[in-house]
Amino acid sequence: MTTPAVGIRGVTKRFGDVVAVDNIDLDITDGEFFSLLGPSGCGKTTTLRMIAGLEYPTEGSITIHGEEMGLRPPNKRPVNTVFQSYALFPHMTVAGNVAFGLQMQKISEDETNRRVGEAIDLVRLSGMENRRPGMLSGGQQQRVALARALVNRPEVLLLDEPLGALDLKLRQAMQLELKEIQREVGITFVYVTHDQEEALTMSDRIAVMNDGQLLQVAPSEEIYERPNTRFVAEFIGETNLITGTVSEPGVVKLEDGSLVRARTHSAAGTAVTLNLRPEKIDLHNTEETIPEHFNKLSGTISRRLYFGDSLFYEVNFGHTIVDAREENRPGRQRFEEGAPIVAAFHPDSAQALTE
Amino acid sequence: MTARQSTTLTRRLDRFLTGHAWLVYLFFYLPILVLIVFSFNESRFFTWEALSLRWYRQMFANDNLMAALWVSLQVATISTIVSTVLGTAAALALERYKRWLGKRTFDALLYLPVIIPDVTMAAMLLVFFTSLGQQLSITTIVLSHIAFNISFVSIVVRARLANLDPSLEEAAADLYAGRWQAFRKVTLPLIMPGVLGGALLALTLSLDDVVITQFVKGPDTLPTFVFGLIKRGVTPEINAVSTLMLTASVVLVLSSLALQRKK
Repeated sequence: MTTPAVGIRGVTKRFGDVVAVDNIDLDITDGEFFSLLGPSGCGKTTTLRMIAGLEYPTEGSITIHGEEMGLRPPNKRPVNTVFQSYALFPHMTVAGNVAFGLQMQKISEDETNRRVGEAIDLVRLSGMENRRPGMLSGGQQQRVALARALVNRPEVLLLDEPLGALDLKLRQAMQLELKEIQREVGITFVYVTHDQEEALTMSDRIAVMNDGQLLQVAPSEEIYERPNTRFVAEFIGETNLITGTVSEPGVVKLEDGSLVRARTHSAAGTAVTLNLRPEKIDLHNTEETIPEHFNKLSGTISRRLYFGDSLFYEVNFGHTIVDAREENRPGRQRFEEGAPIVAAFHPDSAQALTE
Repeated sequence: MTARQSTTLTRRLDRFLTGHAWLVYLFFYLPILVLIVFSFNESRFFTWEALSLRWYRQMFANDNLMAALWVSLQVATISTIVSTVLGTAAALALERYKRWLGKRTFDALLYLPVIIPDVTMAAMLLVFFTSLGQQLSITTIVLSHIAFNISFVSIVVRARLANLDPSLEEAAADLYAGRWQAFRKVTLPLIMPGVLGGALLALTLSLDDVVITQFVKGPDTLPTFVFGLIKRGVTPEINAVSTLMLTASVVLVLSSLALQRKK
């Protein structure tokens, strides 16, 4: 196995009595776009700051390409950070900001100028070299922060919610751009965010954190399709959590006694929660139109919301209310509030969670 | 009450308050104005005779006064430089290093010279120097001025530091700057207006101080010399000296404020 770009072993960080990061192990592969995702206060930023050297672990070890970082200060680590507030130096020009790291490393003036020019091109800020950060828009400041870090060709680039301060449209544009830049430079990106959509769009792999612990580390698709806990299922996207008990292998009995086939390896008698995404549910008038192997549950529409690109239904099954989402496509049947319906979903779409 | 009546009342109140403000200004600044005007008066008495620079000439010809001025300038320069360096260092320690032993105590004690009466501070310093067997001299004046100026400098610098995003210094460290480089290239340029503002404040306070200097002085400074002259009767020469000191103070204070306001 190759050496990971970042290796985290048994790392714990305490601030007084508060455990910010609780004994985590994590390998970040060279060249991947890796996201640390979780609600605020989950320890994701603290983890990032420990890789940067801005905080030191209370216990455990952090390696970068196999090299132990220990108590090495940030200026001696082969990583650079894009800060949440950008932290651009207000008294320097754009070019001055970007050149700072190279000047501190005593890189020759010729090479510094060349690399600064390249980095400014890369983030498409040519012509702005002599402006002060105060004269730039939020998106432009964000690019300067990115160029200032990338110009040093770090082994790992750390990004702390870099798009948090931008408005939605700009944020989406920057997501694509960041991902493109990452592919172009091939540097390992470690990206901290609380925005699950952002993490899903950009990342090769995601680590979901809560209360200082790593809940699941997996590729984006797996995180969404096969969350390993209720927390991950609920945090990533929208979902329905339905309680039940395994009655026999592959079958779960819901609270009203109805049986559904689901993805489960638990033994009979185990209490489980079914994770069923709204878009995996199809609504029908009658059972007749539903393929044989699908699960079928009868209920009534209790609420309908029009979202433009989709229709959102609240379906009442008596023992539970489930959200369903149908794409707004031509020919799709629409259901009125109060209408009796049959909900259908594939057994693979219902995943039984035990934690 | 009708609306018209109420607006008339507001207008009357407005006029009263404006008048009141002008009276207060008059009370504050009339003596100063009188002093400045009479410093250019030919006559020795408070009757206007003719415009003259007689008292300014006499002032510059007064060797004792010039000696006192020289002492003042030396004391102010040295105490300003030392207290600016130490006060800035204290501000950094209090604002940037979050946990260290005795920080709270130091924090509280640092501002003592600002709070306690000058007379108390003066008596303390005098007792301190004499108990050490230290001869009162220009050195004891300098040391005393440093003692109170550190507090003022650190208050001003700290205000500036508190508004400085700590992640700027982290960014510098992240971009391969050592501690000293990060301070010199990022922190210092950004707090410079505060540092200079603090320095000018220190300079003003040192040039103006009478009470503390009076207790610990060896040679006279300009303010204590003037104080001594007054005891022997007011001459228009004092008006000239005062006008000069006033001008210097106003310039220094205004520059200090301008620097502190600078972005």
